[in-house]
Amino acid sequence: MSGLKLPQSETVFYERAIRKAHRKKRIYRYSLVFGTIIAAIFAVLFLTPIILTVTNSFMSSSEISANYGVIFKTTQTGGKVFVSKTVNLKFIPDIVSFSQYYTVLFKSPEYLVKFWNSVIYVVPILGVQLMIAMLASYGFARYHGRVREIIFFIYIVLMLMPYQVTLVPNYLVSSWLNILDTRWAIWLPGFFSPFAVYLLTKFIRRIPAEVMEAASIDGAGEWEIFTKICMPLCKSGLISIAILVFIDYWNMVEQPLILLANDELHPLSVFLSKINSGEISLAFAVAVIYLVPPLLIFLYGEEYLVEGISYQGGLKG
Amino acid sequence: MELIMKAREKVSGQAQKLNRYLRRNAAEQTDTDVKKLAKKKSTKKTIREMVVSWLFLTPSLLGVLTFFVLPFCVVVFYSLVNNPIQKQFVGFSNFVRVFNNNAFRLAALNTAKFSIIAVPLAVALSLFLAVVMESGIPFKSQFRSFFLSPMMVPIASIVLIWQVLFHYNGIVNEISMYFGGPKIDWLKSDKAQIVVVILFLWKNLGYNMILFMAALSSVPKDLLEVARLENATEMQIFWSIKMRYLSSTILFVTIMSLINSFKVFREIYLLTGDYPYDTLYMMQHFMNNTFASVDYQKLSASAIMMAIVIIILMLIMFITEDRYGRDIEG
Repeated sequence: MSGLKLPQSETVFYERAIRKAHRKKRIYRYSLVFGTIIAAIFAVLFLTPIILTVTNSFMSSSEISANYGVIFKTTQTGGKVFVSKTVNLKFIPDIVSFSQYYTVLFKSPEYLVKFWNSVIYVVPILGVQLMIAMLASYGFARYHGRVREIIFFIYIVLMLMPYQVTLVPNYLVSSWLNILDTRWAIWLPGFFSPFAVYLLTKFIRRIPAEVMEAASIDGAGEWEIFTKICMPLCKSGLISIAILVFIDYWNMVEQPLILLANDELHPLSVFLSKINSGEISLAFAVAVIYLVPPLLIFLYGEEYLVEGISYQGGLKG
Repeated sequence: MELIMKAREKVSGQAQKLNRYLRRNAAEQTDTDVKKLAKKKSTKKTIREMVVSWLFLTPSLLGVLTFFVLPFCVVVFYSLVNNPIQKQFVGFSNFVRVFNNNAFRLAALNTAKFSIIAVPLAVALSLFLAVVMESGIPFKSQFRSFFLSPMMVPIASIVLIWQVLFHYNGIVNEISMYFGGPKIDWLKSDKAQIVVVILFLWKNLGYNMILFMAALSSVPKDLLEVARLENATEMQIFWSIKMRYLSSTILFVTIMSLINSFKVFREIYLLTGDYPYDTLYMMQHFMNNTFASVDYQKLSASAIMMAIVIIILMLIMFITEDRYGRDIEG
């Protein structure tokens, strides 16, 4: 700021102002370029692991063992297998082959069983949790009361508890109900998870109370208000919460490890880490198959996901 | 803020009551009948509302009670008795026992260390990314998708590549050796935590960034315009305007990252299995081992300690948000 010196004449003053504006514009443009470069670098760093996983899944098993043989020490007895001393990181396979996918999909059913396990855990949890949460959040959001506020606070506390805390009570209940080692041990706590309740309540509170009042004056019963006004208005909220819940349970590791001693019932997320080194080439294909459903959902519902995350900011309901 | 609002409501409610009372006294007694009727109707309505709203809550409440709240009470009880069969009250000796346990200490220390490294990095980097994103760069929505995609990718899918990258003969070592750096066995040395921190950041930055972007876009535009007209530099604008609006979000992101950092077991387990290197031994490993040995007292005591830590963190968040929130909104 050179405000102290008075300009000698008007032209000088204007010239200086223009020059300043130009300089500001240039700085702005530079900062934009700089920002874009930074964002691009980060984007490359963020995407590399995903892309590598996908491209590696198209390599044949011999190519994988040639590239990563040092790491995973494939125990191939017959045939001469070339194993390079160092690890070759390849973005593009020499020959695109679908053999891994073929093996996973048609020859080794155990992966598909585990994939099916994952689906069978996630889908009911998604449906029932959202249904129960929708009802509860309507109860929380529609009317206010001191007790309900305290209960809502308890829900928030429960939602934020890490697994180290919540799994102990879950384990106890499951052992009392004799459902340890069955799918119900994963399902039941999932059905009643308070996470969806919290977010949905925030969504419903956004609906102006007048809308529901008007409906009730027009003679709509409580259930009608709930199904015909509240639910349609919450559609986007429901979708974004469904996505968040889906990621959470598609990814689950802790619950099955503790609640299911029987490996047969484990979802693919746990099973993937136990793939032995001999099948490492298959692992990439399995990893990609496992990655496809969330990725599709992401492509479809990114906007909803962003909205859902934004709603989480500021925990006060 | 909420407290003030409530107090205000209370006061105005009382004032209204007083007014009504005075008016009733002043008015003729003829309309008392009408008023009584209206009152009866309204209480009927509120009772109906009560019943309905509780009906809506029942399924969820029952579930939460049976699966979380009641068993947690039992957990508290278990933590205070010598064993679940004899049920002899032993005070805090279970807690002392857990606290003196070497494995617990190692786990707590590692978890704390990890959080202290990872959380500030996560907050600072994601804020930086959000500022870059909101500075008007091209391809914003594409970049946003790129940064958010790790959140969707199941950790189990990506762990393989992580092993390839950070193996003793892996890519990272090759690159570092190319530049004359040392060869490090990343996953089996003291550097192991760095690998997990990177994985944690990779996974969580996008989520935090979205939260910051939402907060940044809620800064009033006219305020920024005035500041620009007044010749404030971008730095000044950032530190004295945007930061004030971001403060509560920063707190929220910090707490959420902290809580997420307690969940990093998932990544470590998938990377290294049941028996990781010492510096990667986390709270959840400890819990798993305790589950395996079916020591309910130890389990309960450590779960309660963990819960207390989380509750303290949440209280800090709520109290500070109350203070700062008032500052901005008022």
